[in-house]
Amino acid sequence: MTSSSPSAAVSAATVSTGTADPAGNAEQNEHAVAPAGRSRSRAAWLVPGLGLAPFVIYLALFFGLPVALIAFNAFRRKDPASGMTSFSLQNIDDSLHGVYRAALVHSIQLAAVTAFASTILGLLLAYAISSGRSGLLKQLTATSAAVLANFGGLPLAFLFVAVVGGAGVLTKILQSTFGLSLQDDLHFNLFSLTGVEVVYLYFLIPLMVLVITPALEGLRPQWREAAENLGATGWQYWRLVAGPVLLPNLLGSALLLFCSSLSAFATASALTNGTLAITPLQIDTAVSGNVLTGQENLAAALALDMIVIVVPLTLIYQYLQRRGARWLR
Amino acid sequence: MSACSSKSNASGGGSGSKASAATSAADLGGMDALVAAAKKEGALNVIALPPDWANYGGLISGFKAKYPGITVNSANPDGSSADEVNAIKSLKGQTRAPDVVDVGQSFAISGVADGLYAPYKVATWSAIPDTLKASDGSWVNDYGGYISIGCDGAKVASCPTTLAALNNPAYKGKVALNGDPLKANAAFSAVWAASLAKGGSLDDIQPGIDFFGQLAKAGIYKPVQASAATIESGETPIVLDWDYLNAAKTTDVNGKGGKWTVAVPSDAQFPAYYAQAISKYAPHPAAARLWEEYLYSVEGQNGWLKGGARPAEMTAMTSAATIDKTLAAALPAVSGTPTFPSDAQTTKAKTTLTAKWAAAVG
Repeated sequence: MTSSSPSAAVSAATVSTGTADPAGNAEQNEHAVAPAGRSRSRAAWLVPGLGLAPFVIYLALFFGLPVALIAFNAFRRKDPASGMTSFSLQNIDDSLHGVYRAALVHSIQLAAVTAFASTILGLLLAYAISSGRSGLLKQLTATSAAVLANFGGLPLAFLFVAVVGGAGVLTKILQSTFGLSLQDDLHFNLFSLTGVEVVYLYFLIPLMVLVITPALEGLRPQWREAAENLGATGWQYWRLVAGPVLLPNLLGSALLLFCSSLSAFATASALTNGTLAITPLQIDTAVSGNVLTGQENLAAALALDMIVIVVPLTLIYQYLQRRGARWLR
Repeated sequence: MSACSSKSNASGGGSGSKASAATSAADLGGMDALVAAAKKEGALNVIALPPDWANYGGLISGFKAKYPGITVNSANPDGSSADEVNAIKSLKGQTRAPDVVDVGQSFAISGVADGLYAPYKVATWSAIPDTLKASDGSWVNDYGGYISIGCDGAKVASCPTTLAALNNPAYKGKVALNGDPLKANAAFSAVWAASLAKGGSLDDIQPGIDFFGQLAKAGIYKPVQASAATIESGETPIVLDWDYLNAAKTTDVNGKGGKWTVAVPSDAQFPAYYAQAISKYAPHPAAARLWEEYLYSVEGQNGWLKGGARPAEMTAMTSAATIDKTLAAALPAVSGTPTFPSDAQTTKAKTTLTAKWAAAVG
């Protein structure tokens, strides 16, 4: 009905054809009694199947193959003495113990904290924008959110260093005008865990605005009017109508932010230089550096750990998105 | 010689050509023949050579001026030793594969274990001390330096000259390394040097880790990668790095009003050399060998010296009076006798650092 519904329908169709082949086949077999219906259903299956081929090939090459290689390498180990390579669980074991385990826990904490904070802040911001009357403001926010959500890495880290670093512009102004030291009086240290969390919010909040705005705009004014006509208070409307409708989207968005934060790396690397132990930085240290040699298989094991964390979350995200789309189309 | 065409080696990286098997210029019939073969190949692929690192920019232009027929393709100038070794492995058989590498000592050793390097002895082989080369010529140390304290006198009241002196509240938020000690050799070596200064040894890097832990807790150590830009802005006025890398920042920093000084700390002399090696799969095997001859000539060695690094043949060249005396005198003074860690000690230090660093400074 609205402009968003066709694309939602297409993506839902893509998902079911792409991932649920066995189910589709079973369905065909059930209806195998009528020959005409059977041939039609096979043709109907074949045509979108052909259309999907480029996507499937792309998926296999750029997702399936790398994952398979990572999994393979994670279970390979080179014996330093003989130089022989064999299958082993040692890398996985190493990746789940000691400093690597600590980093994995740290990564999950960092991602959880930043995802939680940006979900709340992003939701409030998106609500403020979508309930506002200014069309221009909406467009401006949508555009800048799209830009800022992709503004990460080194440039972002150095932007923060230039503003609130030890010799940053704001740091100096605070010092000279108010006699306040950012680090001693306000206890803000950009080069610490808190600093990294604040910098992550810079691109996570716009990402939240980007993904939750369509859901907020899908809340129909009629629902609110109907609820009010039946005597509901504002709180009751949110608790019983809007909240449940938004919940799948909200949880799904939080998961997306979690995954995004978990895999972010360049910003943390530039700001902490090895003092913050998180898994993406450890993978980087293991595969590219001047100090450690022969750690490639351990890096693959660490990457596999992250895949194991992220894939179920992605599946839950997809499920929640589909549930959310039921009402908001 | 006729086999040395860069076009004929698309699949073998020059294997089969006479140059790829040559272990000295004499194998090819002397320097003139090597030059002719290299000119015929017409190109040299180098990797991970930053122009402002030990004067590599000057060395590359010197080589181009001397052998005008040879194009130098410089790939990934800011790459690491791991990137270089990966390039040899992954670009095997391609014309853009690296011909020569300049890697950290541990990658020289691991590369030999992986069979990546072609042994070659330059004409000045005997001038290189035995401790600085593999006996078969599969790698040769090229230039080295000491861990030093670079300090901007315009931003710091009194510049430290010992590592132990860094633990001083006056240096709060001012002390930086040139990277993550688990990734950057200079940063790793700085932690080890701090260990020597604080009662550790080449067998024990722990006191260095503890020392940086104290600096981190006191807010003195700032975990940001130092560069000329961070020094100029006052973000990192004190930097522990190789003396030649610290020295290379002098012009930049002083040009913007700084007072940059470089001192090798008196309480720890920690030296290290980088190593040259020729790729076994070099697409331009003759040019690779000519590049090595150039680097180990008087001109090449003085070229590194110009970048503030100490060339491998420094002792022999000092006796032969071929060293550039002005440049040699400009190097930061070193007191005491340096000792080099063994491979086993290096491995042990890395294992300890990997396990303990993040917890100590985090």
